Amino acid sequence: MGFVSRGFRGRPRDEGVKLPPGQYLVHDFPVLSAGPTPRVPLDRWEFAIDTEDGRTHRWSWQELMALPSETPTVDLHCVTKWSKLGTDWKGVSLDTLFADVESSAEYALVYSYGGYTTNLPVEDLLDGKAWIVYQFDGEELAAAHGGPARLLVPHLYLWKSAKWVQGIRLMNEDWPGFWETAGYHNYGDPWREQRYQGD
Amino acid sequence: MNGRRLVWRIARLVEIRDETPSARTLVLQIPGWPGHLAGQHVDVRLTAEDGYSTQRSYSIAAPADGERVELTVQQVPDGEVSPYLTEELTVGDEVEIRGPVGGWFVWRPTGTAPVLLVAGGSGIVPLMAMIRARRQAGSRTPFRLIYSLREPGERYYAEELRLPHPGLDVTYLYTRVVPDGWARQAGRLTIADMNTGGWPAEFGPECFVCGPTGFVETASDILLAMGHDARAIKTERFGPTGG
Repeated sequence: MGFVSRGFRGRPRDEGVKLPPGQYLVHDFPVLSAGPTPRVPLDRWEFAIDTEDGRTHRWSWQELMALPSETPTVDLHCVTKWSKLGTDWKGVSLDTLFADVESSAEYALVYSYGGYTTNLPVEDLLDGKAWIVYQFDGEELAAAHGGPARLLVPHLYLWKSAKWVQGIRLMNEDWPGFWETAGYHNYGDPWREQRYQGD
Repeated sequence: MNGRRLVWRIARLVEIRDETPSARTLVLQIPGWPGHLAGQHVDVRLTAEDGYSTQRSYSIAAPADGERVELTVQQVPDGEVSPYLTEELTVGDEVEIRGPVGGWFVWRPTGTAPVLLVAGGSGIVPLMAMIRARRQAGSRTPFRLIYSLREPGERYYAEELRLPHPGLDVTYLYTRVVPDGWARQAGRLTIADMNTGGWPAEFGPECFVCGPTGFVETASDILLAMGHDARAIKTERFGPTGG
């Protein structure tokens, strides 16, 4: 038994809910971002996948809407310690968007309107693990939560699920993104509590 | 963070200062503390006897001072951690801390651009660390603080901010209750407030906005509308949850 905080009991334990280490449950949807919320008009919105050999695949908003959609229900884990369970989204699987993309790159740098970036291995985007989502809880995704569309990669801490997503650059080398450069973990698995560099 | 691993350290509470009836500053002594920048935060971990543990993040309220680290904690009603920190913890008790965390929402005393600090409620905490860092370093960088809160009784650091700080202008905005004879009516932050209490965009200030989500959205939208560069607006948001 290690350190004990004198007199601390904590909330009643809900044995039915298993959370990653150090996380606590919330029922609202907190917002976290490093700067102002960008507003992207839909007629100028575009999503791109740039391959390592310089080819770019682009989708307009209409083209994204025309793709088959999925409605994942997933748990969210934010590095600031809150977890929100059973959230309902609608969007397009990255498997669908990658269907015609020829690439052998292992690393992805996701970039957003407003300049945010985050990095992750390409394999974490594929096989039903990630989506470009545009609805939350049956409503259009609010700008403060990343609308019109954000990446959703729920098996990693939420900063990897880039808000206001604009594109994904595929690369042969790993390139750290915004928070990853500022001392946060390069991969960010909540179940291994990879919050910061060295965790 | 220079690739340094963030380890859990045992911090001892050495001093308590009440800021308001529901917020207090905890002065902690942390052996081995590596220092920090104004604006950074720490993670606090509490562990119960049965091994259950939980963590929260708190902003640091003062610049680096050896092994002393000051946090100001607002008690969140029905919170799990903040009531323990504000009511249970007494001088001599220990808590686990790791940090410093966050390399973006920081002000360095080497900065020369004018600084605009916009605080909503307990969002003042990391901004106060910047004000204190400026004074500690003898910096002459011009600072302006716009501090929005519900009523005068909720002011943190009231005595300290009342003292004259050459080069620091402080504007209070009250959203519900104003002091007697106060010229501005109670109300939320507006573009007029930002025009009066802030800097023109042409001065190229660094802007730090901290508070609840709705406040931060409003304040940063106003700054963008005034022509401030989005890249010069740094935000930190406190959700209503947590504690």
